[in-house]
Amino acid sequence: MNAMILAADGVNVAQNIGFGVIAAVMIFAALSVVTTKNVVHAALWLAMVLAGMAAQYILAAAEFVAVSQVMVYIGAVMVLFLFGIMLTRAQIGSETGLNNTSWGIGIPVAVVLFGLLAYVVLDFTEDKTVDELGLADTPVVLTGANNEATLEIADRVLSPYLAPFFGMTFVLLAAAIGAIVLARKD
Amino acid sequence: MLAANFLLLAAVLFCIGVFGVIARRNAVMVLMSIELVLNSVNLNLIAFALMNNDVDGQVFALFVIAIAAAEVGVGLAMVLLIYRNRRSISLDELSELKG
Repeated sequence: MNAMILAADGVNVAQNIGFGVIAAVMIFAALSVVTTKNVVHAALWLAMVLAGMAAQYILAAAEFVAVSQVMVYIGAVMVLFLFGIMLTRAQIGSETGLNNTSWGIGIPVAVVLFGLLAYVVLDFTEDKTVDELGLADTPVVLTGANNEATLEIADRVLSPYLAPFFGMTFVLLAAAIGAIVLARKD
Repeated sequence: MLAANFLLLAAVLFCIGVFGVIARRNAVMVLMSIELVLNSVNLNLIAFALMNNDVDGQVFALFVIAIAAAEVGVGLAMVLLIYRNRRSISLDELSELKG
């Protein structure tokens, strides 16, 4: 039995408890990101959201993506954010004026958007578990030891998705050069 | 695992991120909110990969992670440039193009 079938298997109590605890922490941390008055604290709360996201990926049987998430986001992007904060602001501690004067408009927009998304999601899933949805009509043939999904990802990236992969490498190269050109002092 | 769990969590995080983009004035904070939005989309892709028992969704998520990293790099470089020219990164002061 591969890990993906295990993660989709019925109602697994331990998996659901883990999901609920991590989801609660993530939502609290995300609310802190958008409401805190201290920019550095916001970056650290964001790190907590990203770590929780990696944990959710593992619960959804996506180990390789989870490890990539930890390396790219918590490792690289967070350092970039902290350097950005360090180089762009003068005072330490909480500061005023982080919000727009008309920030209250965001609340109804977010609530209405969530209502719409929740309606669509609940209408689509109809209280079914992952394996009851019946989307997986052609299950992947996974062979090998314990890293079938990772092997499959490597196969997909290097054969059907090879052209987008090359395109992405050029995007990354252009972004790196562009960032250097923009940020350097002449 | 109910199919709606991951999708609802992703919807909550997406809406919090949208609120942050609308409400924040500091450019770095807006970039952080955009990261929240991109991550919630990634969670959706992973959840659909699980539902379809297919790793295509995970491959898409890896692409999104790479593009998001590039976006943060260029975005923070632009914020640095704006800060160097104006000594401020308040987005509502950048109104030169307003007619």
